[in-house]
Amino acid sequence: MAGQTLYDKLWSRHLVKERDDGTALIYIDRHLLHEVTSPQAFEGLRLAGRKPWRLDTNLATPDHNVPTTLKERAEGNAGIVDSVSRIQVETLDDNCTSFGIEEFRINDARQGIVHVVGPEQGATQPGMTVVCGDSHTATHGAFGALAHGIGTSEVEHVLATQCLIQQKMKNMQVRVEGELGLGVTAKDIVLAVIGKIGTAGGTGYAIEFAGSAIRELSMEGRMTICNMAIEAGARVGLVAVDETTVEYLRRRPFAPSEEYWDAAVADWRELVSDGDADFDKVVELDAAAIEPQVTWGTSPEMVAGVGAQVPDPAAAGDETVQKGVSRALEYMGLYSGQQITDIRLDKVFIGSCTNSRIEDLREAAKVAKGRKVADTIQLAMVVPGSGLVKRQAEEEGLDKIFLEAGFEWREPGCSMCLAMNADKLGAGEHCASTSNRNFEGRQGFGGRTHLVSPAMAAAAAIAGHFVDVRDFGAERAANDDSQVQEA
Amino acid sequence: MRQFDRHQGLVAPMDRANVDTDLIIPKQFLKSIKRTGFGPNLFDELRYLDEGYPGQDVANRPLNPDFVLNQSRYQGASVLLARRNFGCGSSREHAPWALEDFGFRVIIAPSFADIFFNNAFKNGLLLITFDEATVDRLFQEAEAEEGYRLDVDLESQQIITPHGETLTFEVDSFRKQCLLEGLDDIGLTLKDADAIADFEQRHRQARPWLFRQAG
Ligand code: SF4
Repeated sequence: MAGQTLYDKLWSRHLVKERDDGTALIYIDRHLLHEVTSPQAFEGLRLAGRKPWRLDTNLATPDHNVPTTLKERAEGNAGIVDSVSRIQVETLDDNCTSFGIEEFRINDARQGIVHVVGPEQGATQPGMTVVCGDSHTATHGAFGALAHGIGTSEVEHVLATQCLIQQKMKNMQVRVEGELGLGVTAKDIVLAVIGKIGTAGGTGYAIEFAGSAIRELSMEGRMTICNMAIEAGARVGLVAVDETTVEYLRRRPFAPSEEYWDAAVADWRELVSDGDADFDKVVELDAAAIEPQVTWGTSPEMVAGVGAQVPDPAAAGDETVQKGVSRALEYMGLYSGQQITDIRLDKVFIGSCTNSRIEDLREAAKVAKGRKVADTIQLAMVVPGSGLVKRQAEEEGLDKIFLEAGFEWREPGCSMCLAMNADKLGAGEHCASTSNRNFEGRQGFGGRTHLVSPAMAAAAAIAGHFVDVRDFGAERAANDDSQVQEA
Repeated sequence: MRQFDRHQGLVAPMDRANVDTDLIIPKQFLKSIKRTGFGPNLFDELRYLDEGYPGQDVANRPLNPDFVLNQSRYQGASVLLARRNFGCGSSREHAPWALEDFGFRVIIAPSFADIFFNNAFKNGLLLITFDEATVDRLFQEAEAEEGYRLDVDLESQQIITPHGETLTFEVDSFRKQCLLEGLDDIGLTLKDADAIADFEQRHRQARPWLFRQAG
């Protein structure tokens, strides 16, 4: 018999019951909550007179609606100008208080984007099932945890029963072998994967990212990759456990205590796919061939290397795809044959659950150091993923590098990733963004989003248009790269 | 949950692939703490020419005449015909809430995004998948013939077209049963409370670090 994949192992560890109709009850170890997708779930519990099954698995924080300027944040919830947003955050506070759920509130140093907070606290651990009413829950799979987004009805279901009704997914392996070029990052890998398999390529699959290029990545990089599994259509992204995983978790607040640490680590080490495991589909990429990526359209699969040109709709697949490309170019205000590097930008956003961790900020700071944001850029902002990331960055002096270069340095939250708070694009504005979705209107009505890595975003801010960060960095990499960290 | 057994309704064809949940219901409407009232803002950015905000009276907003749901022949549509990968993007359940609130009961497409698919069934919507060629044909018929209606019968898993053609569709038995009976998932799962408690106990013994002690 063939061995098991990592996904198979995680599934069988949590299988409560298989039902005759092909569905299964799966036990949930960690439930993360935020203000947008939970109010109706708590309301449902209340109406049915139900209580949470197990309190200690739940952890909540507001992120989507919180303002990111210091002035607004100084006033806590009262500083949220939009009353509808404020009510949503207050509702989360009230629900957590009345049901007894641990919450990091708006001005707690541990507050932040839920997918940054969970791992940073050690609340996400290998071997867990992790869910959250948010599709980017796939992020947590970087730890060898079975993690995926759920809808509000399922949030209520998990609160009430500690289980989910699931059907087993198929297994896909995406293998990235070889060494990444200088200046090419995890974000470029995942965008290249999406460009290759398409936004529906992973539908119905759990994707395990493997290969030497993935093994070489830090936990931050692995999170960036798993985060965007959903943009490839897969609810679940996974990376096997190794030394990098274990070291990241050591001494985190929610990590296993001394008493259990060795047993936990021994258990975690089993969380790899067996050598003879069968995958339903295998996709391979050569890391060395991946260029820094830039999306030119309104779907993450509409992506190209920075050296490329905006494509010709007529050359793109079947009729449905061609129509999609034409519509995207019209929305984006681009023409086929245009050099990606000729796309001029109005705003730059460095943040989101994809790229707002300390390593992301370091990469961006490396590029920004000693340079100035172009005059034509109206706003370039850096939004750390959590209060703790912000603090760490400030300890390393990254905030000063950004401020001196002309970036704004903000308080943690989702911010312009989806523009539910006051940070947004105006109609027609082009934005280089380190987030994960470039859908129409995502960052503001009529706004035009280009997804890139933090280093590419910083370089674009300096140049005022896209540039190949590899050329950009090379001019001075030799003399001051190493100084960024102790700056 | 609303029950579904048989539904006959007007078909609206939305000829666009990869319709994401941001497009179905834009984020500014997610600030609501309710489950209802999203219908007027379904496809807000496509339906109206201006930018919408929550709590606004939509009656005076300029409509986009090119958008399919604004055309008089599709008024009252309850069956949405869509293209591949419908419902991709965020997990917001506000998307099926908005579709349901608007009056849709059935969505037909070559494929759906996973989370949306799940969410839709939990809100009484029936999602049907046909191959591209069949969907293409339905598009042609619905666009060519005004008043094109489909008769959808869940029990027999059949759709009857105005031409009397019968199309058989797949639906998994659990979802079918829930829809037919309008069952509440949670109540159903809690029937297995003992099995869950047993599992939990074994899980705690095997991996005690997953259970935090208070304090
Ligand atoms: S940062 Fe963006 S993608 Fe991530 S949870 Fe927030 S809104 Fe969603």
